[in-house]
Amino acid sequence: MAITQPIVAPASGRRRSAWPVARDQRRTGILFVAVPMLLFLIFAVLPMVFACYLSFTDFKFTSAPVWTGLRNFELLLRDRIFRIALRNTAIYTAGVVPTGMALSLLVALLMNQKIRGIVVYRTAYYLPVITSTVASAVVWMWMFASDVGILNALLEAVGLPPQRWLMNSRLALPSVMFMSVWRGLGYSVIIYLAALQGIPEHLYEAAEIDGAGAWHRFWGITLPLLKATTFFIFVTSVIDSFQVFGSVYVMTQGGPGYATTTIVHQIYLNAFKYLRMGYGAAMAWLLFVIILGVTALQFALARRWVYYEGEA
Amino acid sequence: MIRRAVVYALLAVLAGAMLLPFAWLLRSSLCDEATVIRPLESLRDVLPPALHFENFVNVFRSIPFLLYLRNTVLITVCSIVGTLVSSSLCAYAFAFCRLPYRNVLFHAVLATVMLPGVVTMIPTFILFRELGWVDTFKPLIVPSFFGSAFAIFLFRQFFLGLPREVIEAARMDGATALQTYRRIVLPMSRPVCVTVALFAFVGNWNDFMGPLIYLNSKERWTLQLGLNSFCGEIVDQTNLLMACAVLILIPVVLAFFALQRYFIRGANMSGLKG
Repeated sequence: MAITQPIVAPASGRRRSAWPVARDQRRTGILFVAVPMLLFLIFAVLPMVFACYLSFTDFKFTSAPVWTGLRNFELLLRDRIFRIALRNTAIYTAGVVPTGMALSLLVALLMNQKIRGIVVYRTAYYLPVITSTVASAVVWMWMFASDVGILNALLEAVGLPPQRWLMNSRLALPSVMFMSVWRGLGYSVIIYLAALQGIPEHLYEAAEIDGAGAWHRFWGITLPLLKATTFFIFVTSVIDSFQVFGSVYVMTQGGPGYATTTIVHQIYLNAFKYLRMGYGAAMAWLLFVIILGVTALQFALARRWVYYEGEA
Repeated sequence: MIRRAVVYALLAVLAGAMLLPFAWLLRSSLCDEATVIRPLESLRDVLPPALHFENFVNVFRSIPFLLYLRNTVLITVCSIVGTLVSSSLCAYAFAFCRLPYRNVLFHAVLATVMLPGVVTMIPTFILFRELGWVDTFKPLIVPSFFGSAFAIFLFRQFFLGLPREVIEAARMDGATALQTYRRIVLPMSRPVCVTVALFAFVGNWNDFMGPLIYLNSKERWTLQLGLNSFCGEIVDQTNLLMACAVLILIPVVLAFFALQRYFIRGANMSGLKG
C-alpha cells in the first residue's frame, strides 16, 4: 500500500486539495458514499417519482395500478372532507408556528439574562420535546377531560366556566394546537438561546454608551442578528406543522365530526385504512407541492429580510 | 433588582406551566381507580390520599408490557447501530476523501431533511409490501442502515474539526481509509457518536407512525402502539394508563438527565444547518 502522490503539507487550513491522497482513498471514499447514496436514491428519489405515478392511478393492491389520468385530482377538488383537512392544517400552522416562535424567543431572552439555575429551566422546557407524541397526547387528553381534568379545575378556580375542550368542535383544534405549542417550544428555545449567546457583548455595550434603551437594543441589535435563526426555525416549523398527524390521531381521531382532521390524517385514512393508495398518493403529492411552494416563497421573501453573517 | 425579579417570576411561571402535564401525569399514575376520576373539589384534592405504587406493577398484568418493551428495544438498538455505522462512514467520505461532486452530493443529502416524509410513505410501504416485510421489524430497522441526513451532517462537522495532522500521519504510514476510520477517527469521535445515538434512541423509541403503518399483529407491537391501544381499551383504569405512560417516559427522561449536554449540542447543531 503505497502513497502515489508527492506529499505536500497543506499550505493553509482551508486547502484540502493539497492533501496526500492515495488512490485507495478515492476508491473507498466513493464506496462509502455510493452505498448510502444508492439507497438514498431508492428511498427518497424513486418513491417520489413512483408516488407521482401512483397519484394518476387507481391502486388497491388487488391488481396492478390502473391509469386513471387526472381523476384522483378531480375527486380531490370535490372532496369536502379533504377541504376541511386543508383548512384545519392551515389554521393549525398559522396558529402554532407564530405562537411557538414568539413564546420561545421570549423564553430564550429571559434565559439569556445570566440567571441562576439555567439547567433547571432548560430541563423544564426541553422535557416535552423528548416526550413521545402518544404519551403527550394521553396526558393532555386527561388534562382536557371535562369533568375531572385539571384544566377545568384551574378555570373554575379563577371563576371561568369549564369547557368541553376536545369534545367541543370549535375548541378541539385550538386544544390540539395548544398541546403542540407546549411540545415544540423547547427545541426553538435551545436554538434561539445558542444564537443569543453568539451575539457579541460589545455591540450592546456600544449601544448603551450611545444611550440606547433596552427596547432599542432589542429592536436594533438582537432581532436583526437573530434573523437567520428565526428564518431557520420558521421554515422547519412550517414544514413540520403541515405534517401534523400523531397528536390528532391519538387525541381526537380527527373529530368531533371532522373538526380536527388534517391532511396527513386523511392520507393515512385513505391509503392505509381504505387502501386507496392512488388517491392517498395524490393527496401526498398535493401536500408536497404545497410545502414546496410555501418553502420556496419563504426563501424568496427571505432575500428581503434575512442576511447571514459574512454577507455585506 | 425589580427587573431580575420579573425575569425569574416569568421564567418560573412558564416553567411551571411546562411541567404541569408531567406533574398531573405522575399524580394520576399514583392514584387508585376511584381517586383518579374524582373531580377536584379543592386544591387539597390534588394530592391523592394514598400513593399506589403497585399501579406500575399492575401495568405489566393489564397489557403485555414486557413483550412491547422487548420489541421496542430490539428495533431501537438495531436502528442506533445502523445509524451510527452508515452515517459515520458516509460522513467520513464527505469529510476526508476526494470525491467527484462532493459538495453537491453533501448538499443533496442535507436537502432531504426538508422533504416531507409523507410523500415517500406510500411508495415505500408498497415497496416493503412487495418484499414481504410488512408486519416485520425490517421496515423500521433496515432504512437506518442507509444513513440519516442529520446524523451524516453531525458526523461530518465533527470530523472536520479533528486534528488533521493525526489523520495525515496515518495516511503516510500507509493506513487505508477503512483503517484510518476505524483506528484513528472513530476512537476520537465519542462525543458525536453519543449525540447521534441519543437522537436515534429518542427518535425510534418515540416513533409512532412507522410502527402504526407496518406492524399489524399485536405480538410485534412497540410500546407506543401499546400505549395508544391501551388508551382506547381501558376506560375505567386511567391510573394504569398514566402509569404506563410514565414507564414509557422513564428511559428517555433518564437519558436526557444523564447526557443533557449532548442533547443540547445536537439540537444546536441542527440549527446551524440553516
